[in-house]
Amino acid sequence: MSGDSTVAYALAFARALEAAHGIEVPPRATWLRALMAELERLANHLGDIGAVCNDAAFAMMHAQCGHLREQILRVADACFGHRLMMDRVVPGGVERDLQRDGEKQVHSLLVQIRRRFPELVELYDNTASLQDRTVGTGVLSPALVRQYGCGGYVGRASGRCFDARRTPGYPPYDTLKFEVPVLEDGDVNARLWIRIREVEQSVTLIDQIVQQIPRGPIHELATLRTSEPSEGVALVEGFRGDVLVWLRADAEGSIERCHLRDPSWFQWPLLEAAIEGNIVADFPLCNKSFNCSYSGHDL
Amino acid sequence: MLFKSLVHGPLTEAAPAADDGGLAELAAQVDRAARQRLGRTLSIREVDAGSCNGCELEIHALNNIVYDLERFGLRFVASPRHADVLLVTGPVTINMREALERTYQATPSPKWVVAVGDCAQDGGVFAASYATVGGVSAVLPVDLHIRGCPPSPTALLRGLLALLETVQTGAKATPLAASPPAES
Repeated sequence: MSGDSTVAYALAFARALEAAHGIEVPPRATWLRALMAELERLANHLGDIGAVCNDAAFAMMHAQCGHLREQILRVADACFGHRLMMDRVVPGGVERDLQRDGEKQVHSLLVQIRRRFPELVELYDNTASLQDRTVGTGVLSPALVRQYGCGGYVGRASGRCFDARRTPGYPPYDTLKFEVPVLEDGDVNARLWIRIREVEQSVTLIDQIVQQIPRGPIHELATLRTSEPSEGVALVEGFRGDVLVWLRADAEGSIERCHLRDPSWFQWPLLEAAIEGNIVADFPLCNKSFNCSYSGHDL
Repeated sequence: MLFKSLVHGPLTEAAPAADDGGLAELAAQVDRAARQRLGRTLSIREVDAGSCNGCELEIHALNNIVYDLERFGLRFVASPRHADVLLVTGPVTINMREALERTYQATPSPKWVVAVGDCAQDGGVFAASYATVGGVSAVLPVDLHIRGCPPSPTALLRGLLALLETVQTGAKATPLAASPPAES
């Protein structure tokens, strides 16, 4: 598993367990889960956008994006009591509700991002020396992406239109309006633009969530069916791509086996293909544009 | 945008917002202690001994413009051979044990080991896993533990201050071979 995708992993694990035991999660809990997941996506994408530019020695993007990322983590802390929102998604629902002025905090965060992010996008788009490093660098072919079933921004930058929030989909995304950006170029620039577009989509998603979130309980006290062993599987869209969790519970409800599959499984092998023929100095750019997880792969 | 950056004040929290508690005070303390003991620099080598990368995110945040660790003379280096402090995260996995030991051996004395996060303390949620040998102290002499899952950047700063003060007073058993360099 990977600590930067803690919400995605907790959500995938909870959904797999809920599938195994047939637990219905209260609507408000699914909306709060989505709010956390989108905050996580925002924070990580902003961190990545800055870091990719930093690897082209464009430190200003890094500084600005890092500042925005810090604001998101602080709002997450204020809303849910943890900067990375660890242990907030639990089987059956969520561990805690939004703190009292949470909606206000989220709203002012969105105002800030909407004000500052377009300027950063413009700066990226209009800086020729930066574009020179990212456009046409580390090209990954759509055929390889399809062959490996590679998800996330790596897949979507190379023409594979897959997003677990759409297919197979899970609530509340079926009632929310959002687009899944796809590009064909497959270079560092395309992977950066996918992230930029996804930041914009996450902002609109969070906006919808805060406005439409239903009231009600946030946790279902599960009555486990303990008569027979059961299995559950879930696919959740983390910021890096689709996180899969499979588990098997025994007759008492204890977990017998559990497998967590990080999106990096299908991205690490393709990094090798993407760097082929590129100069050594571009390796950090290629690598950061993939931003595969070490711990997601090994832990 | 570039012009705005020139005329706009820095985003670094020299006088941090109220929600950040005693960061300014803490910052000043770190600064004083670091200068007294080590002139202006303390080099840190981060070692991931098997963490989930959560601690790395917050350690990384120390370098952002809000916390701006380098203003205190604390900086991250790319090799243990350049380091005064090893900042170790994660439960020590069996596969990383030897790498961690070799990193320690490659670090020149005087040196200090800081274990960051609950996993580094005692294995945390990974304790008793077949793939881990436990906390950092199972492998190396640890001078300081910074708790948290993960510890916030403020907690990390506070921890580094504690280390600097320990170093200064010589309270720990760690041999202090070098005398404090004179301030320039």
